[in-house]
Amino acid sequence: MPVLAKWYDLRDLGNAVGAFLDWIRDLGGPDWIPYVVSGLIGIVAILLWLLVSQLAFIWIERRVIGRMQARIGPNRVGPWGLLQPIADALKLLLKEAITNRYADKPLFWLGPVLIFIPALVVFAVIPFGEGMSLADLNVGVLFVIAITSINAIAIFISGWASNNKFALLGSMRAIAMLISYELVQAFALLGVVIFAGSMRLGDIVAWQSEFNTWMFLLQPLALVAFLIASAVEINRSPMDISEAESEIVAGYHTEYSGIKFGFFYAAEYFAAFAVSGVVVTLFLGGWTAWGLEEWVPGWLIFLSKLYLVFFLFIWTRGTLPRLRIDQLMAFSWKFLLELLFIHILVVGAQVLIWHEGDYPAEVVLPIFAVINWTLAVALIVGWATFMGHLSPERRAKRAVLTQELGAIYYRPADGHGDRPTRPLEEA
Amino acid sequence: MEDTGSIVAFWLLAALTLGSALAVVVIRDLIRAVVLLITSFLGVAGLYITLSADFVAVVQVLIYVGAISVLLLFAVMLTPRASRDNAETFFQIPAILLTGLVAFTISLVSLDTDWTVVERGGFEETASAIGESLLDKYVLPFEMAAVLLLVAMLGAIVLVHPEGTEEE
Amino acid sequence: MAIELEHYLALGALLFAIGLYMALAKRNFVGVLMGIELMFNAVNLTFIAFSRFVSPATDVTGHVFVVFVITVAAAEAAVALALAMLVYRNRETIDVDRMDLLKW
Repeated sequence: MPVLAKWYDLRDLGNAVGAFLDWIRDLGGPDWIPYVVSGLIGIVAILLWLLVSQLAFIWIERRVIGRMQARIGPNRVGPWGLLQPIADALKLLLKEAITNRYADKPLFWLGPVLIFIPALVVFAVIPFGEGMSLADLNVGVLFVIAITSINAIAIFISGWASNNKFALLGSMRAIAMLISYELVQAFALLGVVIFAGSMRLGDIVAWQSEFNTWMFLLQPLALVAFLIASAVEINRSPMDISEAESEIVAGYHTEYSGIKFGFFYAAEYFAAFAVSGVVVTLFLGGWTAWGLEEWVPGWLIFLSKLYLVFFLFIWTRGTLPRLRIDQLMAFSWKFLLELLFIHILVVGAQVLIWHEGDYPAEVVLPIFAVINWTLAVALIVGWATFMGHLSPERRAKRAVLTQELGAIYYRPADGHGDRPTRPLEEA
Repeated sequence: MEDTGSIVAFWLLAALTLGSALAVVVIRDLIRAVVLLITSFLGVAGLYITLSADFVAVVQVLIYVGAISVLLLFAVMLTPRASRDNAETFFQIPAILLTGLVAFTISLVSLDTDWTVVERGGFEETASAIGESLLDKYVLPFEMAAVLLLVAMLGAIVLVHPEGTEEE
Repeated sequence: MAIELEHYLALGALLFAIGLYMALAKRNFVGVLMGIELMFNAVNLTFIAFSRFVSPATDVTGHVFVVFVITVAAAEAAVALALAMLVYRNRETIDVDRMDLLKW
């Protein structure tokens, strides 16, 4: 496809890397050196891009949310407050990282380290451009879900090791949320995989490019569900109840300070970029844009789409209020999952009809798109009215597990028997 | 597997798996033991990759690391006044004898038997083949597994549902 | 030295032995469960090793079996941990030495 495939052709960065690797290969040495070097180049490039994007988007997010909330936002350090993220980073680096005296020290140290792993490793399978993915696994979609599930353990460890009531409550909320919404995520991606017929992210991009469509045009419900589920997964408002500062101080990272807190802060951004990348790859056509990739570098298209999706997360954070934990859990189990079951059924039937009947894609895909959009609107509206009449959840349910957690303990007043009573039941 | 990468990977992953499994036995603190168990699961996932079982490796990470370990952590957290140590019962000596015997017997048999090894090439992708056989040859066990999971989930909910919580 | 089937089998045997020891000798119920999970892992590793070295390339029966084992292990873990919580609620302990109501 590229007209000129010289190393200075910016439309495909693989050319430059390929030329460099050829040069290394010509120098001689063992066979594994080019592999190691290409892997290192990929890792360093992704890390540098992440750091620069993060510094830029800390400023952008604060300014944009300031504008949305009729404030000014950071405006003191440098022109228009541009150097604010750097000042913040320096502050986090120089502050003392306090370790709680009763903390479980190895685990307390492990938490911030472990939370980086899922956020960074997901980028390995995301194709930034044509042939620009570190490892295009044939089980890529499953890999993304599996790796992001490590998040739950990192959050639990940091909450547990802090030896703090609020931290433990926050990590417990986080795990409950993550487990519920992992199902939603998996089902949303399942629809995409059924259509594309492959779990390799590169293949899914190629499928969308081949049929000149983007997956969200065919499966709007899956996109909505995945966006909501990933907002939960990365703990962003309005789903950030695991670190809700008005309820439980700062959730699982209450006890962390200095650079350890900086790790959590950075990992949150990295994870947000990662899920934005997954959304772009699976639902928005990846690095392709209806032929535009012939003229503009594919990685630029990918990055601009990614920043747009990230802007969507900023937007929801700036405008929507935080949900309550029982609302969030009920939303997953009683609303999203049912809709996705119906969605998967319909999508599977469509693929079956398409492949068995051997219809041309130009005829079938628009019909499917119309059906799925109608279905999505009808399901969301219908289920919302149905569920809304069925059980209004205006009153917070009693949290059953908090006593079992050891957070709040009541002893019988008469003093005999050491079984905990359940005082809320009498009230 | 002849190439240096596979050999180094095998020994590293084997050391990681066995080392953290041993640490799970030895270490006193239960939460740390679960964390080390997770490391062991990850090591086994890496060993699956050296055996060119990509799908099973990812499923191992997804289910063992992402689900079962979280269940174990939850169980430790929800039993707050039980002892959180990882001590042994009085059957320690017989257990050591028995497990030593089991390990010795299995290792001896596996080393002594003359396995008919089929030579195979590099890394094959198994995901699509597994998917096809799950929905073709093994469709009945597949459905049974689904029913089993449903029953287990309902059973777990019914068991831990506290009496006296009113349904609305 | 090339890695052969025997390496994986010995590794599986050792892992199984560690799991068996934990299941037999741990006092905490969660520890017993951890041992059982380790035993599952050892068996799965052996299955995959046999599938890689002994069966022909097109045969994925070993992999399918492992997928089923993992599924059943997940179900088992959920029910077992529910039982642990139930025992804890009634006896305030999950020490297997003290779950001795049926002894008398």
